Formats: sequence, structure tokens, C-alpha cells
Amino acid sequence: MRIALFSTCIVDAMYPSTARATVEILERLGHTVIFPKGQACCGQMHVNSGYFKDALPVVRNHVAAFLQEDYDAAVAPSGSCVASVKHQHPMLANRCGDDGLAADAEEVGAKTYELSQLLTDVLGVTNAAEQLGSYFPHKVTYHPSCHGMRLLRLGDRQQNLLQTVDGLEFAPLPEADQCCGFGGTFSIKNSDVSTAMLNDKADAIEATGASLCAGGDASCLMHIGGGLSRRGSQARTVHFAEILASTREKPLVIPEAQGGVVVLNGGTR
Amino acid sequence: MGAKEDILSRVRVALQGDAPVTDIPREYRQSGTMNQDQLIDHLTDRLVDYKAEVKVVLATDLQGAIAEFLANARSVVVPHGLDAEWIAGVADADVVTDSPEAPVPVDQLNATDAVLTSSAVSVAESGTIILDGTPTQGRRAISLVPDQHVCVVPASTIVEILPEAMPRLEPSHPQTWISGPSATSDIELERVEGVHGPRRLSVIIVKDA
Amino acid sequence: MSVNLGIPAVRSSGEGNLFAHEKFQSAAKRELKNEQLRANLRHATHTIRDKRLNVVSELPDWEELRESGSRIKENVMARLPELLEQFEAAFTARGGVIHWANDATEANAIVTSLIRATGETEVVKVKSMATQEIGLNEHLESLGINAIETDLAELIVQLGHDRPSHILVPAIHKNRTQIRDIFRAEIPNASPDLTDNPKELAATARAYLREKFLNAKVAISGANFGIAETGTLGVVESEGNGRMCLTLPETLITVMGIEKILPRWEDLGVFMQLLPRSSTGERMNPYSSLWTGKNGPDGPQNIHLVMLDNGRTRALADKNGRSALHCIRCSACMNVCPVYERTGGHAYGSTYPGPIGAILSPLLTGITAEENSSLPYASSLCGACFDACPVKINIPEILVDLRAQDVEAQHSVRKAPTEMDVLMKGASWALSSGTRLKFLEKGLPAGRLLAGKDQRISWLPGIAGGWTSSRDIPAPPQSSFRDQWAQREKFQKSQGSQQSQQSQASQKPTGKQGE
Repeated sequence: MRIALFSTCIVDAMYPSTARATVEILERLGHTVIFPKGQACCGQMHVNSGYFKDALPVVRNHVAAFLQEDYDAAVAPSGSCVASVKHQHPMLANRCGDDGLAADAEEVGAKTYELSQLLTDVLGVTNAAEQLGSYFPHKVTYHPSCHGMRLLRLGDRQQNLLQTVDGLEFAPLPEADQCCGFGGTFSIKNSDVSTAMLNDKADAIEATGASLCAGGDASCLMHIGGGLSRRGSQARTVHFAEILASTREKPLVIPEAQGGVVVLNGGTR
Repeated sequence: MGAKEDILSRVRVALQGDAPVTDIPREYRQSGTMNQDQLIDHLTDRLVDYKAEVKVVLATDLQGAIAEFLANARSVVVPHGLDAEWIAGVADADVVTDSPEAPVPVDQLNATDAVLTSSAVSVAESGTIILDGTPTQGRRAISLVPDQHVCVVPASTIVEILPEAMPRLEPSHPQTWISGPSATSDIELERVEGVHGPRRLSVIIVKDA
Repeated sequence: MSVNLGIPAVRSSGEGNLFAHEKFQSAAKRELKNEQLRANLRHATHTIRDKRLNVVSELPDWEELRESGSRIKENVMARLPELLEQFEAAFTARGGVIHWANDATEANAIVTSLIRATGETEVVKVKSMATQEIGLNEHLESLGINAIETDLAELIVQLGHDRPSHILVPAIHKNRTQIRDIFRAEIPNASPDLTDNPKELAATARAYLREKFLNAKVAISGANFGIAETGTLGVVESEGNGRMCLTLPETLITVMGIEKILPRWEDLGVFMQLLPRSSTGERMNPYSSLWTGKNGPDGPQNIHLVMLDNGRTRALADKNGRSALHCIRCSACMNVCPVYERTGGHAYGSTYPGPIGAILSPLLTGITAEENSSLPYASSLCGACFDACPVKINIPEILVDLRAQDVEAQHSVRKAPTEMDVLMKGASWALSSGTRLKFLEKGLPAGRLLAGKDQRISWLPGIAGGWTSSRDIPAPPQSSFRDQWAQREKFQKSQGSQQSQQSQASQKPTGKQGE
């Protein structure tokens, strides 16, 4: 298959290792990955903050960037960005009365998948160790981000993939379905409430005894990781794609926390 | 009539340009699958869960079951249409009959220990007994003020789910749907039985002989 | 009656207790500091949440019921004029009297005159959101009429000179010890030895209110449903205080929002499955009362109904937000809301707290009223409310829409842009072009410098400081993925090889830690 990677703006700028891991997994399965150069961002921050007018050029750019490429499926390592592409883009286009954009957005949205969705539903990956050679000998807990869980109905897809990684010890997260408190600009506008939610999430993660909390949304992971870092926790966050990409030959190395300092970029590979 | 016209005209303006109304899908269950024994078991299970007392008896044993539930009552009120036989086994209590022509005053109801009524329809799935104000069930006040309600449920009136009950009910009759005794969960969500309604709900399910 | 559809009628905005008088952000900040409140709320919301999940999972057709419930309500909104007329005709035919009220002021005046006609100065009340919304108790009190709340939680709130903080369990913020103290201080003849045992507390309320019920001549209620085809009203409750109020007094005055109509009797079979399970997490609430006008010697002889707009037509005119009127006041959304769980109901200001309140209050009053524009931001958009809603109100979508209304409204009155406006405008420019983003990403190494040895950024200026108040930001990578991809393509080209596709991503020069 020819797969177009939608890196998402946050992964592109802050977590390139997550995008590299995504490419690596797909190429390991024998697929061709392309990167539409015009892409930038899904515009969800603008939409969710009520800045519809400012969101429109961002949406237009995304739709145009993907419409002009030739591919079988687009993939993003982010549930919420995929949900935005699928749901918010046509909504915004309709709201602005741009029927052409709405139709194009529907077309792009229909071909866009979240990574675990693509792996499980389209590429038939059910066992990460067997099919991807995934190996990661660490104790890992897992936070399912809200938009993947509730807007895309990802269910257990990400968790199932993690649980089939060789060597991985899976520690279930108490009250996993509770929001981490990120919510885009919510974390700034209602920072106190967001922090209260974040603290409960961090407590739950620490209670598992896992050194890592995996997830599928870089923004939530940055939020949780940022909170863990601030409280000097030994735990940190990592995108599940990086765990799937890790093998015996080229393991994902998690640097030791030094004096409470946590490196959040998923380490080196 | 000013406000009514104002409101309706605003509603009409708000609805202007809307798409036509679509049909309502009703894919939910419209009928159950249980036989009578299962219905009785199911209803009993629900009622017990609500902390109601339940006896399942044959029609021939109804009088005795009523007498047992009312053993400690010194006074009992009954609706005028109730089968006189039902209360005949209660020897020691004063029995007062309430009727539309001679309603029992509320003060007297407050001093009455128990009430005995029949019921119109019961829903097994939710453990709900429905009284509809007909002569075997009486005015709403009589099944409300006394502290014990002994309620007879003929097995033939039990349905499995609520949508089956609706067509059996006459909307114009005042109705009381009862699912267990009075209860509150207002204090730390801890359920306490018995606030204002009858604190004791005693149900007798009468099987067809 | 002829209505000229060409001329829009005067917009009627909700009034009464529908306003946040303080921005949610600052009210929430204060409430968050109340440890007791947080503990009480956490216990309560989690208990009720679990109960709801249990009873919902029992029904094999829960989703079908939700779908029907949602579509019935849609149908009601679309046919509202016709259904209201039908309801009025049926209700009136059985001896009921209907009064229409544009807003809280009119509704309060109608109720007052009905009470005055009886000569009474004390009335008993069943818990009702509509009467709380219009501030009826306060209004009656100012005129020397004592309205006694008879629902246990409402009584606790009333005796404690407090405000409800949850639409179903209004005293959810109080624990048993606090309730005992209120009862000891406020209930005449309450035993000084009263303990905090809930059974004892409930018995105390029973004894106090029993006398009130037996002597009351006038009762005031809300209604959960009004059935158009039959003219039937329904009240759903647990304690029996509702039955007392609806059955014993001579005069019954009900206040109901115009959106509470259901078309048909059989629709009750849907909503009475949805409501109790969603609200208290019970298969069915202990008591429901249904009445259709007057019923001979059974129940009140004077039956009144006040049909209330108070902003509902305004909400109806908002096509994107209209479905908020589907709400059946079950409170499932607040019980699953992570924001409500931590701030409690008072932070929202309005009678309607939680996710539904965050949309309903501004929809009823208009987004620019008082501080109601801060309410739609009281959500991380996690979506738990939408999943729990028995009538499928897409609360997150409406929240976002109301935020857009707020942004528009702010822009129309403000000359200088806010920091957020500037940020959004700048981000829009940068994120609407791959080339521009690529250009900006050249600054990533500078961000690494800012992060310093720690490899984390712990302080940012301005509104971004909201983030760094409790969270670090990791040091940015040396280069963006976009750049790394371009390098890889360059590398592949120079190799001139197309054969080895596998693992090329890792063949390019590997970055250092945290690249």
C-alpha cells in the first residue's frame, strides 16, 4: 500500500521520533510511505477554541495538501487529529458554506486513519511481536486518550498492540478512561482545573509502578509527561508507535531519569 | 392570551426554514419473552432488591397471606372496590373503607397503620407496580399516608418491560408507579428506605390457580 | 390566530438564576481549594456513575432507546407549536388551567397571584428545576409567602441557607456531619442528640415535613413530562414528598418549560426507561405520579400549569444548540464530567451546572449575558457527557459552537485584539502552509537553548504561563520530522537506490538524545 503520513504539527515539531517510528513500522510491513509536503496542522486547536475563521485556512491547507497526493490511505499517530480531520473539517466547511471544500474534506477524511486503526483494521496486525518484531522489556501502563476512545471508538486497538509486544509487562491504569485534563487551550484557560485532573492522572500512573505511560496522542502525552516532569516523577510518557517500532536489534532506549529530569522525547533510537 | 401568542410566534420563527419532520425510529423492545413463572421470579427479584417484602401465593392462599402481612396493624384502610374476602382474614384490626362518596379524611389516614390495595399493571424488568385509581386501588391518598402498603399483584397483570405496560394503562386515570418503598439517596448517596411514603411495602403476587 | 412569519418576534432571553456572576475560571479556582467538597463530590459522582453503568448494561436495547429518545425530542422541537396547542386542549378539557409565561418575571407573578387567591402564606414544594431557574422561592419569600422545599436534599440546602450544586442531588456537596449540624440548628424540635446516621436524619425530616404535608393547602411542582395527546403531567421522584404535594393539597400549581412536551403516551415508555437509569442509576425510581387535569375526589381540585419560555425559544432559534432543549435533567453528564467532579456545581453560577449547564445557560440567556460566556470553556471536550447522555445531546459540539459565538461576539465589541487573538491569528498563519511551518521550525534549536541543561522549559510568559504553572515542556528536537524526512529523501537520492525500502528511516544519521 501507498500510505500518506500525516505527522501532525506537534509530532512534526516536537516529537519527530514518533513520526519516524510510524514510518518504520509501516515500512517493516512492506508498505511505501509518502509525506505530503504541504501539510501542517489539522486546525483542531482553532476550532476547539472557537476561532472558526482562523481555522479555515488551516483546514483548507490540510485538505489541499492531501488531496493532491496519490495514496491508498493516510495515517496519523494521533486520535484527536484524525477525529478533527474526519469530523471537524467537513463541519467547518459546511458552516462556512463552502460545499466544494466540504466534499473534499469528506474525501480526505474517509481515507484518513489513526495508526492503531490502520494497523488493526486495514493491515491486519494483531500480534506486534510476530508481525512487527516488537520487543520492549519494560513495565508499561497505558492511557487511552479521550478523542481516540470516544470520537474514533478505537476501543482496545492500541492496548492490544502493546500487549502483544515481546517482553512488555502491561500494568493496567486505574480509571484509565478519565481525561488527563489537556483539552487544548483548556489547559491554559482553565489551568487550575486542568492541573487537578492532571494530578489525579499522574497519581494513577505512579500507582501502577510502571516506568512508562504509553498513549496514542502526542499532545496528551506532552501534558501528562510535563506534569510528571514537574513533580519529579520517575515515570514518563511515550507514544505507542515508538514501542511497536522497538526491536531486539534496535531497542528503544529509555534514558534514566536524572535528578527528576525527564526526557520526554521518547529517547534515542 | 398575550404571552401564549408571543411564545408560539417565537417558536414558529425559530423553526422557519427547517427540514421536514422525520419519522421516529422505534427499534427498542416492544414485547418481552418471559413466561409467567419467569415474570414472577423477575418481579420478585426486583422488589426484594428494593427492600419490599414479597409473597407469591395461589389465589386460595391470598386471604392468609394478607392476614400475615397485616398481623401487626391495628387499623387498615381499603378502597371501596376491593374484594371483601381479601380482608376477611384480618380479625384484630379496624377496617375503614374509603370511597369517592365518603373519602377518609387525611388526619384519619395519618392515624391508620396500613392500606390494602390491588394494582393495575406491574413491570417485571424494573420492579414497578402501577396503581391507576380504579375502585380496587382507590384514591392516591390512601396508598400514600399510612406507613404500610400491602399491595396485591395478580400474576396476569405482570408484563416484562415497560412498553408492554403502556397500552394497558388509561392515561386519564391518576397513576402512581411504585418501585419499592419510599427511599432517598440524598445523604452521601446512601440509600435509606422510608422517608415520606409508606416505609413498608408488602407485595403479594397471586398466581392463577 | 395569524402570525406574520416575516417579522421576527421579540427575542425573549432567560432571566432569573441562569447566570454566572463570576467567570468560571476564577470561581473554579476557589472551589478547587475546598478539600471537603472535592472529597464529597468524588465519592458521590463515582458511586452514581458505577450504578448507572450497571443498570444501563442490563438493557440489551439501551442504544435503541437512546436513539428513539433523541428522535422523539427532535420531533417535539420541530412540531412544538402544534404539540403545545394539543396539550393545552387536552389538559383544559379535564379541568386544568394553563397560564403562559414569557419569562421568569411573568411566571413568578402568575404563581404569586394564584397563591394569593387561596389566601395562604405557606406552600409546600416538590423539587423542580424550572422553579429554581426562575427564582420562585426568593420571589415568594420577598412577598411574605413561605415556600417549603420537601425533597430531602432541597430541604438541606434551604435550611442551610445554601444553593443547590447538582440538579439531582442538590446537597451532594454536603456530607452527613454537615447535614446533621444543619438539622440540629434549623429544624424545630430536632433532638440535640441527633447523630449523623442517614436513617436518623431522614426520620427527622419525615417528622418535620409530615405535619406540613397534612396541613398544606397549596403545592408547587415542576413536571418531568407533559404528554400532548392526553394532557397528562408526570413527576418522577423517590421519597414520596412528591406524592404528598401532588395528592393532598387543594391547589396544585405546576411550572413546566415548553420543551418538556412528549407527543404520545407510548413515548413515556421510552423516557421512563431512560431517565431513572441515567439519573439515580436505578432501574426505576421509587415513585412516579401522573395526573391528567382534575380527577374527581382524588387529588387537588384546582389544577394550574404555568408554561414557561424564559429563553427556551431563544435556544430553539439556535439551530446548532437547539438539541440542548432535549435535556431531561437526568444529570448523567455531570456525574461523568471530570471538570464538574473537581469544581462542583457552584462554580457554574447558574441553576444548571455541569456540561449541560455550560451549554444550556448561555443558550437560554444569550452568550453575552453576565459571565455566561466563560461557561462553554469549562470543558476539556473529553466527550464523556455525550456518551452518557440518554437523549444523545452532542454537548462537546455545542460547547465548541458557543465558544465560536463568544469569539465572534468579543470581536464585534473589542477594538484591540487579546493575547489569545494574536496567538490564534499567528498560529493560523503558520499552520496553514507547510512552507511557513518549515520556516518556523528552523527555530527549534533556539528552543533547545531556552530549555537549557535541564532539557525542559518550566516557565513561559503570558497566557502560555497557564501551561507552565504545573507542567514542563520538553526541550524541542534539533530538527523537525519534516527536515529529517527531507534529509532522508536527499540521502536516498544520492544513493540512487530504490531497492531497500526497509528500515531506511533509521539509516539516516541518528540524532542525539531527545533529538
